[in-house]
Formats: sequence, C-alpha cells, structure tokens
Amino acid sequence: MILQIDIVVIQIIVILALSPLLSGIIKKIKAFFQIRKGPSILQPYYDLAKLLRKDSVVSENVSWIFHAAPIISFAAVLTAGLIIPIFISDMPLGFAGDLIAVVYLFALARFFTALASLDAGSSFGGMGGSREMFVASMVEPALMLSIFAIALNVGSTNLGYITQTVSNAGLSSVSPYHLLAFVAMFIIAIAETGRIPIDNPATHLELTMIHEAMILEYSGKQLAIMELGAMMKQLLVYALLANIFFPWGIAQIISTTGIAIALIVFIIKIVIMGTIMAIVETSTAKWRLFRLPDLLSISLMLSFLSLVSFIIVKGG
Amino acid sequence: MYNILFPGIIFCFLIGAVFSILFNRNDRLANHISLLSASIASILGIIFSLSVVFGDSFSLSISGSSYLKFGFFVDRLSAFFILIISIAVFAVSIYSIGYIREYYGKKNIGYLGFLYNIFILSMILVVSANNAIMFLIVWELMSVVSYFLVIFEHEKAETRKAGFIYILMTHIGTGFILLSFLIMAGASGSYSFESFSAYGSTMPPFLKDITFLFTLIGFGTKAGIVPLHIWLPYAHPAAPGNVSALMSGVMIKTAIYMMIRVFFGFLGGGVIWWGFLVLAIGVISALLGIMYAVIESDIKRMLAFSSIENIGIILIGLGASLIFYASGNPGLSALAAIAAFYHLLNHSVFKGLLFMGAGSIIYSTHTKNIEQLGGLIKKMPVVSVLFLIGVLSISALPPFSGFVSEWLTLQALLMSFGSSDSFTRIVLPVSAAALALTGALAAFCFLKTFGMGFLALPRSEHAEHAKDPNMPMLLGMGIFALLSILLGILPVYVLPFIGMIASTFTGASVIDQPFSYGVFGTITLPANRIYLSTPVLFSIILILILITTGLYLGSRRKNKLYETWGCGQPVSTARNEYTATAFSKPVQIWFRNIYRPIRELHAAYTVSPLIKESFKFELKIEQTFERYLYSPMVDLILRISRQIKMIQTGSIHAYLSYIFGTLVILMMFIILGGS
Repeated sequence: MILQIDIVVIQIIVILALSPLLSGIIKKIKAFFQIRKGPSILQPYYDLAKLLRKDSVVSENVSWIFHAAPIISFAAVLTAGLIIPIFISDMPLGFAGDLIAVVYLFALARFFTALASLDAGSSFGGMGGSREMFVASMVEPALMLSIFAIALNVGSTNLGYITQTVSNAGLSSVSPYHLLAFVAMFIIAIAETGRIPIDNPATHLELTMIHEAMILEYSGKQLAIMELGAMMKQLLVYALLANIFFPWGIAQIISTTGIAIALIVFIIKIVIMGTIMAIVETSTAKWRLFRLPDLLSISLMLSFLSLVSFIIVKGG
Repeated sequence: MYNILFPGIIFCFLIGAVFSILFNRNDRLANHISLLSASIASILGIIFSLSVVFGDSFSLSISGSSYLKFGFFVDRLSAFFILIISIAVFAVSIYSIGYIREYYGKKNIGYLGFLYNIFILSMILVVSANNAIMFLIVWELMSVVSYFLVIFEHEKAETRKAGFIYILMTHIGTGFILLSFLIMAGASGSYSFESFSAYGSTMPPFLKDITFLFTLIGFGTKAGIVPLHIWLPYAHPAAPGNVSALMSGVMIKTAIYMMIRVFFGFLGGGVIWWGFLVLAIGVISALLGIMYAVIESDIKRMLAFSSIENIGIILIGLGASLIFYASGNPGLSALAAIAAFYHLLNHSVFKGLLFMGAGSIIYSTHTKNIEQLGGLIKKMPVVSVLFLIGVLSISALPPFSGFVSEWLTLQALLMSFGSSDSFTRIVLPVSAAALALTGALAAFCFLKTFGMGFLALPRSEHAEHAKDPNMPMLLGMGIFALLSILLGILPVYVLPFIGMIASTFTGASVIDQPFSYGVFGTITLPANRIYLSTPVLFSIILILILITTGLYLGSRRKNKLYETWGCGQPVSTARNEYTATAFSKPVQIWFRNIYRPIRELHAAYTVSPLIKESFKFELKIEQTFERYLYSPMVDLILRISRQIKMIQTGSIHAYLSYIFGTLVILMMFIILGGS
C-alpha cells in the first residue's frame, strides 16, 4: 500500500537521485559526439560528494544573503519539483500550484542566486547576475505564451490535469499546435538550463559565462548545494517538457507496478531529451549575448503560431 | 455608528491640520499632533470602511437644494478605497513620526502637518463624494494640496520644475474630467452621481464613447498612464519620502476608483473596444514604465516609474474585466476585477514599503543615487530585511503578495479561451506575454536596486556611515512588510471580500463566479481544475529550507574568510564593483530603439592620441515621450501664442473696441437665438 506521503518522499528521492545522473549522461553523450571518452556518468555524484566534504572559502565582503541564497534557491526548485508530474500525474501536492507557479518558483530560485552573485562585490558576479536576469527577461514572455498555448489546449494550467488529458487523448493529441508549442518550449528549456547556444556550462571564460559567473565565489558545501540545485532544475525542466508534451506511460493512479513502469519510462524520456540537448549543444556554437533576443523571439513567434493555429483549428 | 464615524474621520484630520498650524512654533509638538490625529483618523477609517464592507452603504447629505445636493455616499467600492487609504495612512503616519525629524529646525513642520492632513482628508473625500461639483472641489483640493507637498523642498530648482509639470498635467486632466461630467450632467439633468448612474447608460452610444475617452484621459493623467505619465517621475521623487509613499501608494489609485465608477457605474460597462483600449494602455504603461525603471539609478525615480508599471498591471486586469463584462460574462469579469483590485491593494502596501525604505536610505545616507550606495545590508540590517520583503513582493515572487495578484491576473487572461470572439482569444494571451515580460523586468530592476544598494561594499562616504533609522520609521515599514507577507500567504481571507466589492459593479452573483476557495488556503477555479495554495507552497519552501539548513549547520564545516576573487590581483575595492548602469546595460542595448540613448565621449590627449590625459563618458537617456510628443506640442502652443500676441496691442482703444465687438456679437446671438 503506497500512501500519499510516500509519493511525496519518492518524488523527492527521485529528483535528488536522478538529477546528477542526467548531468552525467549528457556529458557522456556530448563526449561521444566529440569523439572523446568523457568522464563516467557517475562523475557528478563524485563531484558533489567531494564538495560536500570540503571546507568553504567565503569572501569577506558577503552578508547573510550569500549564505542563505543556495538554500533558498535549492528549496524553491525542490518545491517546484513537488508540483511537477514526474512519475504520477495526480500528485498529492498538485493542488499547491500550477504551471505558472512553477515558473515563478524557478524565478524565486534565480532571483536569490543572482542576488548572491552581487554580494561578494566581484565584477564577475555582477556580470553573471545581470546576464542571467537579462536572459530570464527574454525567456519569460515566450514561456508565458507557450504556457498559454498548452493551457488553451486543455483549458487548465494544472500540470497533473494537462498530463492526464494529453495522456488519455493518446496520439490524437499530437497536432501542429502541440508540436509548435513543444519546439518553443524546447528553446526555452535550453535557456532555462543554461546550455549552448545560450550559456556554456563548461566555460569559465569571463566573457562568456553566465551561470558559472554567478556562482564563482562559492566553494565547498555551498557550491555543492548550488550545483545540485542547478542539476535539479535541469531535470525538472526536462520532466516538464517530457510530461506535458509526451506524458504517455505516466501513472494515473497510485499502484506499485504503475509507478515502477512510469519511473522507467521517465528515465528513458529524460535520456532522450538529454540526447537531443547534447546533439544541439555539440552542433551549435555559443551565440553572442545580444543575438539571443533573436533566438528567443523565434520561440515567442512559435508559441504565438501555436496559439493562433489552435484557435483556427479548434474554431474561433 | 456610521453617522458618528465618518464625520469623526473628517474632524480628526481637521484637528490635525488646524492644531499643527497653531503649534508650528514647536516642531516636535506640531509634528506629533498632526501625525497622532492622522493615525487616529486612519484607525477610524479602517473601522468605518470595514463596517461598510460588511454592512450597508453610508450616505450623508449636507445641503438639500434640489439642483445641487452636496453630500457623501460610501458603498463597498468607496469603502475599499477608504480602507486602502486608511491602512497606508496609518503605517505612513507612524513612519513619519521619525522621518519628519529630518526637517526639524529647517522647515515649517506645522505647515507640513497641515498639508499632510488636508491631503489625506481630500483623498478620502474624493472617494466618497456623491456629486460632480462636490467631487471636483475635493479633487481640485487634492491636486493643489499635493502640489504644495511636492514643492515642499522648494529651495531646489528641480523640485519647482517638478511641481510645475505636475500642476500643469493635473489641470489638463481635470479639464477632461470636467468635460465628461458636463456631458453626463447634460444627459441626466443633475450633477448628482446617483442620476449619473441612472441616466448615464441611456446616453446615445456616441456620447458614451466620448465620455469614456474623456474620463480615461482625465483620470488617466492622475493615474499616470503612458503617455500622460510625464509628471509622475518628477513629482513623486520630489516630495518628502512619506508623502511620496502616499502619492504613489494611494493617490494615483483614486483615479482608478473613478475609472471603475464611471466605466461600470455610470456608463454601464459599455462596448468591447473600451476594454481593449484600457487593456492596451495597461500593457503599454506596464512595459514602458518598467523599462524606464530598469535603467534608472535614482531610487525614488525608479520607484515612480515602477508605479506607472503597476498602474499598467491594474489596468490590464480592469481592461480584461471590461472585455468580459461587455461580452456578457460577469463571472470572468469579476475574476479579472478581483485580480486588479488585489493588485491595487498589494501595490499600495509594497510600494508604500519601498518608498518608505527609499526614504530611510535617503534619511541616513543623504543620497538618492544607488551608484553611491552599497553595503547597506551590514549598516542598516533591519531596513534591508524590510526592503527585501518589498522587493520580493513587487518582483512577484512566491509566496509574497505581488505573486498572488499577478497569478490572478494571468488566470483572468487565460480564461479568455472560453470567449467566443477570436480577437479576444488572441489579444489576451499576448497581453499575458507582455505581463510576463513586465514581471521579469521588474525582477531585474529590483534585483539591481537591492543588489547595488544593499550588497557588497559601500561605494561612497554616504553609504559608509549609514545606520538603521529610528524606531517609528522601522515600525511603519514593519507594518507594511508584515502585510506584504500576509497578503501573499493568506489571500483567501481577503479575496472573498474583494469579490463582494467587485460584484457590486460587475453584477456577478456567487454562482456566476468561476472560482472558489478551498481548504489549506487554496484558490480554486473548479471548472478548469486550477489550484493555487500559497500557504502550502510557503510551508513546503520553509520546511525544505529548515531541513537543508539543519543538514548544512549540522555537518562539519569550516568557513575560511578571504578576499573576493579578482583574478589574483588585489582589486577587492568598491571602485572595482559592478555598477548599476553596467548591470542594466544589457536591457538598455536590447531596447535601444525605445531608450534612444545619447552617448558622449570626451577624451583629452597629452602628446599623442595613445596617451589619454582624461576621459569622460556621458550617457543620457531622455524621455522619448517628452522629446517626441510633448516638446512639439509645447512648440506649437508657443507658436500659436506668438500669433495671438498680434492682437494684444497694449492700446486701451483696441481693447475697448474688442469689448464692443464681443458685445455686439453676443447680442446678435441672443436676438437670433431668441427668434
């Protein structure tokens, strides 16, 4: 017998356990495309374990914001994780918020990370924080429009309900507006997870880094929490993409076998997403910061087209 | 009970006004009397407005002439605004006890106390007048008194300029209000608001459209909608900090009150394009307001621009409400109106808090420029926490108050999918995208303000010696900070009452309303299975924070302090910090077509152009509307004036002949008109 509370616990464990794995897998796939051997897919776990054992070096300029930010960001992302369907569509805490709340929880995490970046008084931090918020400002309208495109299709922003409806409709839910909204969301996902062509997670070159510049002053345990938070966000963004657009296989009622199958399907889905992301990342170069508005307007236009085509197809 | 309370409020403010003038020899006494009576009046105002919301409406008649009936009428809508004003006045008055100390011995405190009390009184009378003439008198009183408050520090030239622009724009607005009232009075045969509501909706459509446009322009000027906003970024920063909090927090909302009164009450909702126009103005105001706020380094001007943005967000909700109302959907109209009202309430709280925070910063650092601040989180620990709460609320981050009202506005816009009109179904989601951009830029703007103002190292002497201000100031801000948190976490205790107020003009019954309130403080739209529970979100975040903190503190850890990484160079000084201008530079480049920045570069060379002696870089961003809309208008007016000057010969004979000519024309007009 699985209780509601167990679902919550399982969900937290799944998120915490799978997010480093996903990072490891993406790195491995990228290495494959670059004809390298690459680190083990378990490397992110080793890195986190190492960081957690280490002491921190903290700038003497910082205030409590610097110490609180990793924890608040981490908590905000994990809270969003509890209202995103991972392996079950009817989450116990699904009533706490909808897709819009998820977006704003991510914004809360980002806000504190960016705030912490300014705390040490380093120019790198300021640069990173400024760029991060800049990219976020460009992402937000496209994101909201694609959320509306998805929500209009179902008539709700409730994630569990969207997942169920699309899942029950089967392949008939795949339509032009569905796919247009997916591509729009995919571009947004690149931005949200800080990947090429928007941000390069592997760089420490001051002219190009965004996320890395923000967390440059962190070390030790705090860095571990920051890194884990970023990995979790990546997993959750993929989970959103996978379960909003291709929710088939997700458990709709609480049953052990259903959840087990759903978990396996979920892992397969995020590995596929990760592969696509790795291919995109290997085949493009990082864009200049001020070319990014172009990319995100493409996303905005696609979600607008999705919206319009929905209205045309479903009758005005 | 009512019959004593309402005159009691007026009486308290008058006492405050008169006695602070009488005791103006003694700064302390004058200040305390004026603020004490204002606080008592605001407590009475809170009790009064709550008893109207839960009970019956209140009316008070002063004179009984049939043509000109002066009096007051307070229904739930008015009561809601009296409540907002009273709450703001209470917190601001407590804050002012400390803040005004700054002016002791320098300024006439009795005079300030007089203006302060009369200003608040006029705002309360504006939202409770029930007659057009009465309304115009108190409206004018509010404008003139706030003008005197704006130019309180009149020894500064920029303050006088701000006052001039304010009084000019405000009178243009009043002119349009007067015209719209005259049209309605002509149609209804009386100046009482009662007859406006009775006959306003029976006017021919053409007159209704004209009245709508005039009202929108007239009250829009006061509310600060783009492009009539130009006075706001000058006037709000020029006023003393406590008055700015009231002007931005509540005064501009009185215009929203009258818009609702006229659009729904007098004109009966109107046609769908009204809604689209209000929505469009809302979107434009929100976007341009926040765009100018992002690049602003003067903390009070930034807050003033952000007020334009928030008025825009309120108008987006109001526009959606009008659209749904005109297309015959009172339930959704009520939802959108509730979103607008809740944002209005939240904005008055967090903007009041932020303006008081800015006032505290100026009080202890004597600078408004955030480029000169920095490191205040260590110097002013309490103010920084309170300011951060305001920042999180205005940036619409969960679980603070701004988030709830933005979420409601987005849901109201999303509900457009139920509309049968394709245009509505496309325009409303696009407005939602614009609202999302606004929200993201607001987060950018306030992150910059907090990050540059409070974090890292002090950038100047001013910030170096800052310290937390006195207790009353902290208390005043604390009240608003607490309200911001409560309004974010427990909206379900407030929204039903706002729903009651909204249904008085949208006419939505309980059954019509598409939403309800469930357990755990959940806001629900049952038909669409949309839920939001900020208490639960808050609890989860809090539990996770506590667990993580526990694990973090419980583990073996050692923090070594070291200087900030500067590529191995000893550069950890305030001069090497990132600046506010640099922080907002990406946005400035992104929207360069709107900002049209002017860059000037001056370099002085010594021997060769390679060795620069001095280097000066200037970046100026002018207000696009001032340059391209208002300057040509001013030029035109001046040109016409020069033409008119031709007939002003200065000769008495010429003037006598003008008078004679006018008389002849008037007589002919009467004779011909009579026959």
